[in-house]
Amino acid sequence: MSDGRPSGPLGKILTPSRASAMRSSGTTIASSLAAIAIALTICAVLLAATGKNPIDAYSTILETGASGNKLLEMMRRATPLIFSATAVAIGFKMNIFNIGVEGQYLFAALIAAEVGSHLSLPGLLHVAVILLVAMVAGAAWASIAAVLKVSKNVHEVISTIMLNYIALSVIQWLFENFFRDDSDGGLNVKTTLLPYSGKMPDIVSGRLNAMFVVALVTVAIFWVVVYRSRFGFRLRASGFNATAAATAGIDARRMTVIAMLLSGAVAGLVAMQSVTGEAFAYGPNATPIQFGFAGITVALLGRNHPAGIVVAALLFGFLDSTSAELQLAAVPNSIVKVMQAIIVLTVVIINEATIRRMNIKTAERARAELAAGGAQ
Amino acid sequence: MNEHYQHTGTTAVRLTGIGKRFPGVIANHDVNLNVRAGTIHAIVGENGAGKSTLMKTLYGMQQPDTGTIEVGGTERHFRSPSEAIDAGIGMVHQHFMLADNLSVLENIILGSEPARRGVINAGDARRRIGDIVASLGAELNLDDPVSELGVGERQRVEIVKVLYRGARVLILDEPTAVLVPEEVDELFDTLRRLVDDGATVIFISHKLDEVLHVSDDITVMRQGTTVAETTPSQVDRAGLAELMVGSELPSPAGRVTAIGEEVRLRVHDLVVPGVEGRPAVEHASFEIRAGEILGVAGVEGNGQFELCTALLGLRAATGEVVIDGHDISHASTRSRHEAGLAYIPFDRHREGLMLNAPLWENALLGREDNPELSKGPLVDIAAARASTVGIIERFGVLTPDETTPAFALSGGNQQKLVVGRAMVSEPSVLVAAHPTRGIDVGAQAAVWDEIRRARDNGMAVLLVSADLEELIGLSDRIAVMFDGRITAMLDPDTTTPAELGGHMTGSHQEAAR
Repeated sequence: MSDGRPSGPLGKILTPSRASAMRSSGTTIASSLAAIAIALTICAVLLAATGKNPIDAYSTILETGASGNKLLEMMRRATPLIFSATAVAIGFKMNIFNIGVEGQYLFAALIAAEVGSHLSLPGLLHVAVILLVAMVAGAAWASIAAVLKVSKNVHEVISTIMLNYIALSVIQWLFENFFRDDSDGGLNVKTTLLPYSGKMPDIVSGRLNAMFVVALVTVAIFWVVVYRSRFGFRLRASGFNATAAATAGIDARRMTVIAMLLSGAVAGLVAMQSVTGEAFAYGPNATPIQFGFAGITVALLGRNHPAGIVVAALLFGFLDSTSAELQLAAVPNSIVKVMQAIIVLTVVIINEATIRRMNIKTAERARAELAAGGAQ
Repeated sequence: MNEHYQHTGTTAVRLTGIGKRFPGVIANHDVNLNVRAGTIHAIVGENGAGKSTLMKTLYGMQQPDTGTIEVGGTERHFRSPSEAIDAGIGMVHQHFMLADNLSVLENIILGSEPARRGVINAGDARRRIGDIVASLGAELNLDDPVSELGVGERQRVEIVKVLYRGARVLILDEPTAVLVPEEVDELFDTLRRLVDDGATVIFISHKLDEVLHVSDDITVMRQGTTVAETTPSQVDRAGLAELMVGSELPSPAGRVTAIGEEVRLRVHDLVVPGVEGRPAVEHASFEIRAGEILGVAGVEGNGQFELCTALLGLRAATGEVVIDGHDISHASTRSRHEAGLAYIPFDRHREGLMLNAPLWENALLGREDNPELSKGPLVDIAAARASTVGIIERFGVLTPDETTPAFALSGGNQQKLVVGRAMVSEPSVLVAAHPTRGIDVGAQAAVWDEIRRARDNGMAVLLVSADLEELIGLSDRIAVMFDGRITAMLDPDTTTPAELGGHMTGSHQEAAR
């Protein structure tokens, strides 16, 4: 070229390797499976050490897991985990650690149940409004941490952990003083029951309601927003390198606030399976707790990727669903929790090691390809 | 025990027929290197010529497939860097590996702490390190925290650390890339003293003037193998460059178009607050016209970084910044980009790249709102990748493909991508900080050509550089920054090294006022 552009050895793509992305996700899946196998081995040793027969325990798990009802139970138990893990993953994508999903979803559950009980709307619209209120309430609670971070530079790990405790107190105060409904006189106090129009439709009657579908849709939206949208690109860029993102004109404070609000909004949906489909109200003993923290584990296990989150949530749901049968087989419930923890630890450790190896290999391959390409 | 290193003539390191393959490709082949003891031996070559692979082999970071390594006449097979260290080979990395919050002494002994019953015995270490520092003719306060040291001093700490571990053969990977001219001179003094004491230095570089200035022997690498051995007395700059790139250097073209009339960038009375009440930039005022390149010369740390980041809106400042008649003094960084300002950052790793992201995402950074690269709220991935391929081809980025993560590229190729990203949007004003830092001569000429062509099409350029050849070859005027102020405005056609140097070090400062 006459305009002085480099040609020849400068400036050409030497060996296109379109399979590289597939290769890396293949390696990720393989390493995750290997990690689960290792974890099961460790658990087997643990079971044997506590005097249980690991083969019996595992075959109990497999037998019970094979039944159709157990698979529905797995999906039911996975549903809140998918929401909480997605909420955590949104923050993780820009290196924001939202430890406050617990407080956000419980606050949202109370507000949504209370608002929903006072509404009278046609079927699905009523349900949709309840979900929307839950998302707004979750985002509102998360916004406190967001504002503290961008205005006072308070680290979100500190603020969200603290806000969990504050949320519990606020919820208790609101519930005891304003929203408690003692009309049925029972010990199991709740907010006023939702009218029938506020009930989430079932997919399989009495076994699985449509929140599972909402969860899958949420994960799909998460994938599109984070991996395909301009906003998601900015979010991930801020996570990759905050300084470079700022230099490129991405407003870090704005991204922090939006990410935190989105995270809180998704967190708001965690207890909606219970509120709109099972308990039809918020109640200190009726609304499930601890899903906020479990979500961190599931997000970690799923490597903050939508597909990984669904698989990890289903795995945890499956293990949870087998705990009753294991107890019947004289395996304590706690062993299931230990297994979950061991799986997470091995997956995280093995994944980290795999990523490092893959990074080194990628760099070496690129250099080697270029050295060879230059010599041609 | 090191008597065989004591005089020149014997061989410190000999590599014979080294070959290194990676799956499907050859990184090194038929590499022969003969380093005489007590000499400074330069290894020069373009990015991707195989220098790093070779040095990793010598330092035990990887094992060769063929060939032999001899150190001091004995054949060696290093399985790890620690075995290479045991054999007296040490490496000073381009990016320093020091712990900021530890003292100089602690950093040096880190990893080989002299301990007596588990308690660190710093006294012996202090004496030995003191001897080493003295033998280098350098000054280092061993109790200073490393965070307070300048770049040149940090490098010296790295060198002392390697010597403390008993290295007699030192590998320095592009040691001058991060240094200002005075520090380069100090480094070369240090290296001279080292070889006078009988040590051997292997010096990787692509700065030809330095190589010719400091080295005793030169080995040239091209396309994975060693292609020539020479000495500074046998070859001049042009000849060495030709050996490296395999052709004559492109000659710097003078400008053919005239500088335009319209002012593209106007900066008036810009003040950037610094630490401790002292402004980092004081009352800077200048204009750059269409098709004009304003060079900024100065020793690093005299306000250039603050000036550039303030122009980008990344740093609070007072004063006026106007691009093409639009006042952007209070605009956000993104609005400034949209007004036509582009930036080649000082530090590509810190400010420019997402190392774990693929090249096409890196090339998209800052351009994701460009309608050609998006579909409504979504990124148009196909268009973004195609645009990246365009940058790769036009700016000569050597890469397997556009999905390769940025960390896998050599520094020079990363830099070319960063330059390409800034230039491809055809900005009206380019703020370019060290646009060719760390890249080889062939690619440097290509980047210069691109800047010249954009200038001829009316782009205004603020060019911050420590490379005087670049500054003088490209700039229409040269502003010198000293202590946060623009202290001189020089004509590159008439200025002399003495004049420029005088302003840069502040000794002409009174006269300039």
